[in-house]
Amino acid sequence: MKTFCVSLVVLMTGLVVASTAMAGPRIEHWQTSNGARVYFVAAPEIPMLDLRVVFAAGSARDGAHAGLASFTNGLLNEGAGELDANGFSEQLSATGAIMGLGAERDMAYASLRTLADGAPAQRALALFVSALATPRFDAAAVARDKARTLVGLKHKEQSPAALSEDVFYATVYPKHPYGSPPDGTPASVSALTREDIHAFHKQYYVARNAVIAIVGALDRRRATALAEQLSVALPAGERAPALAPVETPVAQQKHVEFPSIQSHVMLGMPGISRGDPDYFSLLVGNHALGGNGLVSLLFEEVRNKRGLSYGVSSYFIAMAQAGPFIAQLQTDRRQQDQALTVLRDTIRQFIEHGPPAASFESARQNLIDSFPLRVASNHQIAEYLAMIGFYDLPLDYLETFTTKVAAVTPVMVKDAFARRVPFAGLTTVVVGRAANDNKDAATAQ
Amino acid sequence: MRLLPLAALLCCALHYSSAQAAALTHEYALENGLKLIVQEDHRAHVAVVQVWYRVGSSYEHDGITGVSHALEHMMFKGTKRFGPGQFSATVAAHGGRQNAFTSSDYTAYYEEWSADNVELSFDLEADRMRNLVIDDAEFKKEINVVLEERRMRTDDSPESLAMEAAEAVAYLTSPYRYPVIGWEADIKGMSAADLRAWYQRWYGPNNAIVVVVGDVQPEAVLALAKRYFGPLAASDIAPPKARPEIEQNGTKRVVLNSAKARVPFLVMAYKAPVLAQVSRNEGVAAWEPYALDVLAAMLTGDDSARLKRELVRGREIATSVSAGVETTARLPTLFSVSAVPAEGVSLEQLEQAITAQLNGLAAHPPTAAELERIKTQVVADTVFQQDSMPQQAMTIGALEAVGLGWQYRDSYVAKIQAVSAEQVLAVAKKYLVPDGLTVANLQPEHAP
Repeated sequence: MKTFCVSLVVLMTGLVVASTAMAGPRIEHWQTSNGARVYFVAAPEIPMLDLRVVFAAGSARDGAHAGLASFTNGLLNEGAGELDANGFSEQLSATGAIMGLGAERDMAYASLRTLADGAPAQRALALFVSALATPRFDAAAVARDKARTLVGLKHKEQSPAALSEDVFYATVYPKHPYGSPPDGTPASVSALTREDIHAFHKQYYVARNAVIAIVGALDRRRATALAEQLSVALPAGERAPALAPVETPVAQQKHVEFPSIQSHVMLGMPGISRGDPDYFSLLVGNHALGGNGLVSLLFEEVRNKRGLSYGVSSYFIAMAQAGPFIAQLQTDRRQQDQALTVLRDTIRQFIEHGPPAASFESARQNLIDSFPLRVASNHQIAEYLAMIGFYDLPLDYLETFTTKVAAVTPVMVKDAFARRVPFAGLTTVVVGRAANDNKDAATAQ
Repeated sequence: MRLLPLAALLCCALHYSSAQAAALTHEYALENGLKLIVQEDHRAHVAVVQVWYRVGSSYEHDGITGVSHALEHMMFKGTKRFGPGQFSATVAAHGGRQNAFTSSDYTAYYEEWSADNVELSFDLEADRMRNLVIDDAEFKKEINVVLEERRMRTDDSPESLAMEAAEAVAYLTSPYRYPVIGWEADIKGMSAADLRAWYQRWYGPNNAIVVVVGDVQPEAVLALAKRYFGPLAASDIAPPKARPEIEQNGTKRVVLNSAKARVPFLVMAYKAPVLAQVSRNEGVAAWEPYALDVLAAMLTGDDSARLKRELVRGREIATSVSAGVETTARLPTLFSVSAVPAEGVSLEQLEQAITAQLNGLAAHPPTAAELERIKTQVVADTVFQQDSMPQQAMTIGALEAVGLGWQYRDSYVAKIQAVSAEQVLAVAKKYLVPDGLTVANLQPEHAP
């Protein structure tokens, strides 16, 4: 173990960029016979297997049926092949495997975590394949899930956090599918039909639209067979067409009345897509601004110096088309004006003058040195593989990550922020009561 | 949405590593009473360092609820050696991830970073274990952050308020009645002096457990622990006075009418025993807590579980349902079932349906297939848990903090596999009874 020279000076100035090369996991990549893209990392240490299959079948593909992508995805394990929902859940449960499902704006995914070997693992894989390839979408399951989704949408109406997110996306993506709520609206979900669901599944859950990520205790030969087994169960189909580019909206200030104690503030605009040449400049810059945990500029100004919020942060979500840049906080409405002023001032200062030298160095070094934590588990590696495949990122994405971070300079950060997220372009969404509304003044003091 | 959970209020069940892990777990005790547990995991050159203190909201009393959690926040605000924020800045500058969490039974701090930095963790943690400075001005700002945290987690969340009310009503004398974050008035009334006293009372090497999981050599870690924690003086730690829950002799009910809620919510919580009672001879058979774990899994463990099959599918009376029991808690606990009714179903109807399922267990005992599924999952989980270093450390730390010992992890699978259908019925009959029940209803009240 390296000895550490303990002194305040060393602790506080140990910010020099380390030159240690940090290799990522060795990724193998190929295509199945009918066109699914496969990414594989052998991880022999634990006798388990993580499988993650992603499709370009997120809510951006909802079309006229808001909520369709998410609803279809949620039904995959509610009966497949010969099994109804009860039968499927019991058989999967008996294998000890865990299946996950989810749909975001760009992608829909299905994941399976199982022991690597033995008959139960084979059975779990077969069930997983049938859920993707031959889901039944039984009328009873559709009706039941519709009723559950409608209650879920009602539940969202009591959550200022969920509400502010919907309002934010709708405001900064007024003409783009990213602006539509992924779980739909009561009207759109009520209107979904089995035909809609079948058609969506038929078009998007196909081999050429799929990325298969495999991490675990198996060799390349077995991984190849597994991917093939999964892929050929699906029709070849076609890869989903590219989404329309995002138009930059006019900045707006939006307030939505909501009976909460805290106001939820979101500030931002469309930012970057995956593979964007500015990605690393914005990543490093944002790490300094609002991404670096307890030491970011926003955390310092809003929380440490003024005690205005518990959770304040900023982030870029890089997507197929320009995903958002978001800075957010929650605060008691009586101090929301002050909090918003500090948030805006800190961001404006950052965009106009670039990152302060110390925060920049600290953020860059943190990203470099913490890289091994990003790929420390099979689960994390599987998520990276799916992301790399889905967004057509280079195979050396992980290997070159720290080098690319190290190459970022303060000038690059300032330049990228000024071009990509000019302060004048930021929309502000506040969900809560007006600052002067004193309806519950007695309890909130 | 990414928030920074500086204090995650933990209520999750523990996860268990395999017996395989046992050979790689090393336990040491320093002369000043500090316990060190090292778990080797050489898959990546990283390490998790967690420092656990045996103190949490169940050590508190009326008027100072939330003090353990508020102190956790102040642990990042400087020592005699480092100014406010320097701890976090140092960890960040070395590529670390850091945070802390408080529960009813423990408070814990952690760093995750290169395995080369275990020494730096020890240096920093040993310093704040003994030399914390709780500055009045820093405290004034931070207590507002805690209030904002309470607003976000609880006051603006109708379901959290219902859970809080259910626990405060279910327990009459047990300190588990206090919310971990504290009552609002107690947070507002708290002073820096309260925190200093709490720190003096509970923070010391003989009330701490240091857990390291990662690409490390146990003997080298021990040498570092001796160097950094070894010189620290032990504290006089007096355990909190016993405040056992008095016997409950009838169902308690609490209703929350909420103008903010749009969806009703039901909590049914039954008094239930914990493993720690077995060795204390408090009338709890050794197998009972395990049988309760199996019962909870049988009811809602996964999509195939009974209440999901019968109430979410089947009768479609609930849109979600979840049962759980923390048998590894320090003090007697609750077996709780929470559920959201389907549209048009009243909370009364939902409660009746759940009660009917629980009462029907005798007529429909656990089947061999049900038990087999649960046991298969426990075995698989022990393998899956090995994928996450933080989770491995959490399991060890939590078991140590409540006094059960990390070895409990390795006997868990065998104990679960030994549970019989009769034992599941026996704990259901003994504990899921009206006399031990508390029901909380969250009732949306439409604004005029």
